Amino acid sequence: MTTPVTTGRRRLLAVPAVLALALTAACSNSSSDGGGGGGSAAALTGDCAKYQAYAGHSGTKVSMYASILSPESDSLEKSWAEFSNCTGIKIVYEGSNDFESQLPVRVAGGNAPDLAIIPQPGLLAQMVKSGKVVKPPQQTVDNENKWSPVWKEYGSVNGTFYAAPMSANMKSLVWYSPKAFKAAGYEVPKTWQDLIALSDKIARAGGETKPWCGGIGSGTATGWPATDWLEEVVLGSYGGDVYDQWISHKVKFSDEKITTAMKTVADWMQNPAWVNAGFGDVKTIATTTFQDAGTPILSNKCAMLQQASFYRAQWPKGTSIGPDGDVFAFHLPAVNPQVTNPVEGGGEFLAAFSDRPEVQAVQNYLSTSEWAGSRVKVSPGWVSANQGVDKSLYTDPIDKLSAESLTDPSATFRFDASDLMPAAVGSGAEWKALTAWFAEGQSIQKTAADIDAAWPQ
Amino acid sequence: MPTDPRLAGPALHLADSLWQDAAIKFGNTAGAVLGFLGVLLAVFFAAGRATGRFSRPLAVALMLGPAAVLLLTGLVVPLLRTVYLSFYDADSAKFVGGKNYGWAATSSPIHDVLLNTLLWLVVAPIAATGLGLLLALLVDRMRGQAVYKSLVFMPMAVSLVAASIIFKLVYESRGSGQNQVGLLSQLAVAVGWDDPPNWILSQPLNNFLLMGVMVWVQTGFAMVVLSAAIKAIPDEITEAARLDGASGVRLFLHVTVPMIRTTLVVVLTTIMIITLKAFDIVRTMTGGNFGTQVLANEMYSQSFEQYNIGRGSALAVILFLAVAPLVVYNIALLRKERATR
Repeated sequence: MTTPVTTGRRRLLAVPAVLALALTAACSNSSSDGGGGGGSAAALTGDCAKYQAYAGHSGTKVSMYASILSPESDSLEKSWAEFSNCTGIKIVYEGSNDFESQLPVRVAGGNAPDLAIIPQPGLLAQMVKSGKVVKPPQQTVDNENKWSPVWKEYGSVNGTFYAAPMSANMKSLVWYSPKAFKAAGYEVPKTWQDLIALSDKIARAGGETKPWCGGIGSGTATGWPATDWLEEVVLGSYGGDVYDQWISHKVKFSDEKITTAMKTVADWMQNPAWVNAGFGDVKTIATTTFQDAGTPILSNKCAMLQQASFYRAQWPKGTSIGPDGDVFAFHLPAVNPQVTNPVEGGGEFLAAFSDRPEVQAVQNYLSTSEWAGSRVKVSPGWVSANQGVDKSLYTDPIDKLSAESLTDPSATFRFDASDLMPAAVGSGAEWKALTAWFAEGQSIQKTAADIDAAWPQ
Repeated sequence: MPTDPRLAGPALHLADSLWQDAAIKFGNTAGAVLGFLGVLLAVFFAAGRATGRFSRPLAVALMLGPAAVLLLTGLVVPLLRTVYLSFYDADSAKFVGGKNYGWAATSSPIHDVLLNTLLWLVVAPIAATGLGLLLALLVDRMRGQAVYKSLVFMPMAVSLVAASIIFKLVYESRGSGQNQVGLLSQLAVAVGWDDPPNWILSQPLNNFLLMGVMVWVQTGFAMVVLSAAIKAIPDEITEAARLDGASGVRLFLHVTVPMIRTTLVVVLTTIMIITLKAFDIVRTMTGGNFGTQVLANEMYSQSFEQYNIGRGSALAVILFLAVAPLVVYNIALLRKERATR
């Protein structure tokens, strides 16, 4: 019996040794992981001097969670690489396709990231309700003043400011082909009447070209482009006040104002003579993905597509985008000329779930126009509505167009309404009902009533 | 490398930190694995040292303990919590009693969802099992049956999401006069149907087209299992029946089917359980639009897209209650069969 005991003892000894080894490995890893060139609270010099305000947190890590995936997230990481390098604060970025459903799960599970880039104010409100969102430092609040005041509202919940906007995108655009317009002698419409007249003209001209393309298919989010159409028309018909009341359900979907707007959308995007080139009848709008919807513009099967600025990424490689190129976009005119320059847009907000000093330093930095400028410089496809960003930095014509409209003080800017409505409506009933409206020819009254019925009590 | 010299430094740093990150992660993983093995060794060593009265209970605890703990934390606790949450409001903050169940019972969209789920539950498993049985009978007499069987079984290896994407392309439709992109529409045009419908939009046809994906995936499973059961029928019995004058359909109905009855029921209930839980097909192909929503997908949508935890949990409980009897019946039947053998 002696032999097994001794081997047993030897094994027993080996276990703690292995554990100790593992522990030392883990410790040495974390201690050797410092920031790049920064040094501790020492004065930053040279190129790094401009980050002096954020110094003193060398060797710390800040986790960030968002829905932005590579390659866009690479540009994001590049834009703060110098900051990271100089201050020694490492930003550990994680992007996820399932961000919207995973963030609440992670927050509820006590595994919240330090920072999250939230693309919907509705989701932000949801997170604030959980009590885990931390108010930003004063510096961030001050930086916020460079955005138009309406943005501050969208980063606020119940009057308290929680999250600074990072980026903005413009939805009120109509994509078209400048080459085809030139060849046919069409002019870019300036008013809604012009737009309707032009559509009619293209439809009457016969031939293969239909005036409009459309697609609202988007997997489980099918229907969102239709909510955009309705929002553009509501904003362009009645201006900001009615739009705001609509979001807070003071004006219901079944209100005459909204049903009239739905009628306008129906006359525009459900007109069998005007849609849906290359795909079939009106109903095909429901099964065509928004990504595919615009491609017939390149083959001249349709003339126009209402879609946001981010649609620039959907064009095939080699498509030239610009005022004289294969495709370009114009600002969707207001339905009612009394409404000045209506701009519907979206954006992303940076919310913090931790108030450690290094988290606040990152939060402060990302709310500055300096950071926004450095992000713009990295690659096109990113627009800031921050008034402090130098507009000459934008190299892409669509970005430039969007930035001008988004920072225009006279514009009637409003955030995407479905993103502001409660999730049961904004990412549930409204998508479903509008999809049924297009796919099944459901009446406007029933569509509106279905959405109203889903509004949380 | 970027042309802007200011970016060169940070980019390098980024690459650097990526390696560092990988090294740390690898180190942590290796450490964790070694630590785990160490703990395991220690526990097993201690168990091996135990003698006398305690050795048996200790061994039982050691062998069953981890499984029991995992079952408890992974299944029982979440189940209880889901039931608990189903009595609370959207934010799990306020007790609302049976309101969520009341909503599920009275709201008309949910009625459609339940009806669709029921339709799925009846049609898809019967179609898959029936088709599987038919193929099993046919293929059994063919030469090179292994090849045919593998071909029919192949879709089983494809995930439901991938299968849905394949069939989404099959059902793709374009207006009349356009070039058809989808296989089904093109076939319809080829046989002279000039204006085939937009398949995915046609109700209630679209529900059955979606079930077709499930049938396509599950038929192979049914065929393989049933074919094995048919082969297990003793030759004497078939021969005796033949001598008594039974053949063809009568042989099948009165000998084959009764002999494989248990297997048939197990296959049917197994596919039923898969069908009840299936949400990937609907999610991928229609997102629940056009009147094709099913319970599992609605549950996900309520919980994780509309953030209504209460309603989502209530639907999850309903789904669980629907699956539970099937599982119990399945297990009981398998047990009975094992006992008679």
